[in-house]
Amino acid sequence: MAINFPYRPKNELERHGRGGEPRHGEKELTCPNCHRTLSESILENNYYICSCGYHYRIGARTRIEMIVDPGSFEEMSESIKPNDPISFPGYGEKLEKARRESGEEEAVVTGKATIGGIEVMLFAMDPFFMMGSLGSATGEKITLVFERAIEEHLPVIGWSSSGGARMQEGLLSLMQMAKTSGAVKRHSEERLLYISVLTDPTTGGVSASYAMEGDVILAEPGATIGFAGKRVVEAMTKEKTDRSFQTSRFVFEHGFVDSIVERSDERRILYELLSFHTGR
Amino acid sequence: MTSYEKVKAARSESRPGALDYISNIFSSFIEFHGDRKFGDDGAIVGGLAYLGDIPVTLIGIERGKNTLERISRSFGSPNPEGYRKAVRLMREAEKFSRPVITIVDTSGAYCGVGAEERGQSEAIAESITTMIGLSVPTLALLIGEGGSGGALALMAASEVWMLENSVYSVISPEGCASILFKDAKEASKAAENLKLTAEDALEFGVAEKIIPEDNLGSPEFYSSLKSMMEGKIRSMMGRDDLAYERYLRFRKFGESR
Ligand SMILES: [Zn+2]
Repeated sequence: MAINFPYRPKNELERHGRGGEPRHGEKELTCPNCHRTLSESILENNYYICSCGYHYRIGARTRIEMIVDPGSFEEMSESIKPNDPISFPGYGEKLEKARRESGEEEAVVTGKATIGGIEVMLFAMDPFFMMGSLGSATGEKITLVFERAIEEHLPVIGWSSSGGARMQEGLLSLMQMAKTSGAVKRHSEERLLYISVLTDPTTGGVSASYAMEGDVILAEPGATIGFAGKRVVEAMTKEKTDRSFQTSRFVFEHGFVDSIVERSDERRILYELLSFHTGR
Repeated sequence: MTSYEKVKAARSESRPGALDYISNIFSSFIEFHGDRKFGDDGAIVGGLAYLGDIPVTLIGIERGKNTLERISRSFGSPNPEGYRKAVRLMREAEKFSRPVITIVDTSGAYCGVGAEERGQSEAIAESITTMIGLSVPTLALLIGEGGSGGALALMAASEVWMLENSVYSVISPEGCASILFKDAKEASKAAENLKLTAEDALEFGVAEKIIPEDNLGSPEFYSSLKSMMEGKIRSMMGRDDLAYERYLRFRKFGESR
């Protein structure tokens, strides 16, 4: 099946894709797809979408501000920070670098907000914090979102953006897949809505847990979505993969995503979906 | 033994595989095939058997004994169909109030174009979610290698027991070494750092019990394991809080409160 898709950001662990992607504090950005350089303020006014359609990776806070009603976001669990549970060599420095690059303390920002006046619990992962890897504090913050949503009888919207489990936390990172899945399940059993939005990248342990467990699963255009890394698959099969392999379009065509939604249209779609489940 | 020696021991082809445990501990095993959606995965074997006189649902990951069998079982790396077969059998177990016992031995879920096309992520996520929420007793026995999400998919159990030389890890030591140390030859160092041995898992609360391997594969080994499993399963039967207890079992990892 030939799937023609013009751009495909790389998914490399611990790296920010191709050069020119936004880092905290940068002012001019060069599009990895069309190589056009645009100032950050122009991109900011266009949801960080290049004129060619390329969706830049964005930080968790930028994303939340873009979608929710202005001033409605109340953050929770800010005090939950990563520690170094298995004393993994170099993890401390990695965390330090992640804090600098993302301006965040963890790979996920969580809280409560309204969208078009409808209350919702939310979590947004930050690709600039260790490629959004899933550590114990990440899993804890996401679990708390679902638990509070159960208590307050609210829907959850979650933006995933992650290279997978955080290997520097060993088994405790792997356990977060089960822990968050358990929380999603309990939320679901209360007949509450969970909308999962897959953004670039959603792979490994995150795609194999809460990211794929939404009642509704949306994806941003051009995101890398899959289980195994592309290079792992190529090493295994000894064949080059297609450019379309593991893109949003690819998972959509294979039936794992409800809809591909442009970031500029996300707020409207999310509002519509929430409305269906809360009554107007 | 160093951690990496344990990894090698866990992968050793001479170790008993899931089907050895099934034939030596359980009786009247009837294998069920297929996910009712796409196909039958050779890496995951499942079906019904008796543990003593308790009817149970068994789900195991089998690597195979010889080259031909290993190929047909994709070397113990399940495809999405395998996890979907497991989910089907778990749901069936719940319907008939049968305990679920999983026997895990895999380097990880299969990595291939087809596996990605058929939704490996979704299949694993569904297996974890289904297993963690089961109302029936569940027990996972890790007999060799427990590789990442592909192993966890069948290990979201009420208790996890690990063989003395089994290993359970978020990533293979080789994979970890090539990403973090840019050199797969540093696998031994990575294995040490990843804290993937049975003792480590016990310390973290990721496993509840370590099964000694002094007489691995002998009749005494299987009969003592059988009586321990029977005792554990019996202690969970008839309880109605198993799903919640299991949620709390996993909830505690990295808990902030
Ligand atoms: Zn562009």
